[in-house]
Amino acid sequence: MSTIIDIKNITKLYEMGTEKLYALKGVDVVIERNEYVAIMGPSGSGKSTLMNIIGCLDTPTSGDYVLNGKDVHEMDDDELAEIRNKEIGFVFQTFNLLPRSNALHNVELPLIYSGLSKTARIKRAEESLANVGLADRMKHKPNELSGGQRQRVAVARALVNNPSIILADEPTGNLDTKTGEEIMALFAELNKKGNTIILVTHEEDIAKHANRIIKIRDGMIESDTYQTARH
Amino acid sequence: MNIFVEIKESFIIAYNAITGNKMRSILAALGIVIGITAVTLMQTAIEGINRAFESSIGAIGADVLYVQKFEWFGKEDFEVYRNRKDINLQHYEFLKKYIQSASSVSPTVGSPRTVQYGSLSLESVFVIGTTEEYQKTVGLNVDEGRFFTSKESEGGYPVCMIGTDVKNGFFNNMNPIGKIIKVGSYSFRVVGVIEKQGSMLGLFSLDNRVIIPITKFYKLFGTRRSVSINIKANDLNNLEETKEEVKSIMRKARKIPAGGRDDFGVNEQAAFKDTYNQLTSLIKVIGLLITGLSLIVGSVGIANIMFVSVKERTKEIGIRKAIGARRRTIMIQFLIESVVICLGGGMIGLMISFPISLIIDAFALPTAMPLWVVVLGLFISMFFGVLSGFFPAYNAAKLDPVESLRYE
Repeated sequence: MSTIIDIKNITKLYEMGTEKLYALKGVDVVIERNEYVAIMGPSGSGKSTLMNIIGCLDTPTSGDYVLNGKDVHEMDDDELAEIRNKEIGFVFQTFNLLPRSNALHNVELPLIYSGLSKTARIKRAEESLANVGLADRMKHKPNELSGGQRQRVAVARALVNNPSIILADEPTGNLDTKTGEEIMALFAELNKKGNTIILVTHEEDIAKHANRIIKIRDGMIESDTYQTARH
Repeated sequence: MNIFVEIKESFIIAYNAITGNKMRSILAALGIVIGITAVTLMQTAIEGINRAFESSIGAIGADVLYVQKFEWFGKEDFEVYRNRKDINLQHYEFLKKYIQSASSVSPTVGSPRTVQYGSLSLESVFVIGTTEEYQKTVGLNVDEGRFFTSKESEGGYPVCMIGTDVKNGFFNNMNPIGKIIKVGSYSFRVVGVIEKQGSMLGLFSLDNRVIIPITKFYKLFGTRRSVSINIKANDLNNLEETKEEVKSIMRKARKIPAGGRDDFGVNEQAAFKDTYNQLTSLIKVIGLLITGLSLIVGSVGIANIMFVSVKERTKEIGIRKAIGARRRTIMIQFLIESVVICLGGGMIGLMISFPISLIIDAFALPTAMPLWVVVLGLFISMFFGVLSGFFPAYNAAKLDPVESLRYE
């Protein structure tokens, strides 16, 4: 196994007027390729901040972050944008699809930002949608799809650029239990195929699907345990 | 990242955003529509006035000098001019005899008079007395008949040329040649009709005239009037030399001592042009400033809408950034949206002003919207698109992805 995420002593400081608030107080995490990790913690624990830093949406105040061999903690906005585009596939709780675009165009979008030609984009986006079982829903707009289908579109979008990690933030939070289970099954399948998955959740049931659970509290890692995933 | 893919995508986004908010886009573009309509119509009108001036000024002749008691647009007091000696036929003859660099010289005197034919009467017809060389000097073409001859001119025969206004006033479809008309109370036989000249700056018609031999004019209407001597230069390029020659000959004819000031004016078309340009350049600047203001107002409107559009789409910007859109990409997206709105407004403006320019052409001024005005109109729209889109787009580009994603 090779290391894909190497985080050393990361802190994040928020300054609100004169008040200083450490959201992260020195976190070390190493994640290997093809791991399936759940990050857990109550709200305000700093798990969202950690997720944003792992996802390169935000930068740490101090500490080192090496993602897939690239030093990302000192990158500027545009370099981070490229890393997000190539290395990270996001799946959000609220799906975050573009409402006016159909499923195919939503999935195509990351490829537009990587500058692929139209034909290559369409081909890969169609494959990706077929992979999540939506071959017959490509021309549908988000509001014409069910919640589960929308989240599948989001997963297809996350996968389309072959990222190093899939970063899922409460992916089942807006879904009913049954549909949530379907999505979790999809993640398990992707993990089996070799994808590295990082799941942020506060639900024990969802976290059970992962091989490793990292618990965060007050900006620090409380526990880091490996388990046999229940699929 | 491929910039063309980005730009193409931006156009699609812009199209969707604009058609998704039709009413708002139309209202936003309205200011630009009005601005472009105003600016292009202003330009077209200026173009029309210029054309009208050019065609009028043609009657003066670029290569013709006019020696007169007064200077056109002179800066001296009126008293100075009035106290000058009249220019008379002796001056003309002296000038004609000695001048080298002129191809023809002719004197003119004139005054408005009533002209009659049978029971028909025309008031204030400009009656010009001149010689047969006048035709060559100012380049008149004869429509029907002929110009009077040197024999008729010198002998003071009662013959005349008429302008088309006079012809139409008296003769309709009849052949005017050989008909007898009355100038004042004296009879003249019509020998020719002068080709239509049009009007001078739209103020007075150059066709409402009768031309008679100058000797006859003197005999009937008196000699106490100043002559204008018209001199056609050999070569337009040497007009300045001709002018100097005319001056020196006139100084001799008028017996002005060395060091004395000229007591006559040597006028040329350029004086008209200079004055015209001075006058109109101010009008142009003011006109374009006023119409330009409407563009600025339009631009502020679009900037406002773009700020709203960016605010509304904060979440979308967050999503795009999360999946790899750079600052530049977001910037281009919103800039293109604003340029598309402005360019659309500009095109609508042109579609409105073009037919109006045709109406102006048909009823007021001979004009046409030149292609460069169309191009300029589109260019200005684009410029204001970038101008009004810049700050909203910049704001969008530097949004924080984490916060934008949280925005509802």
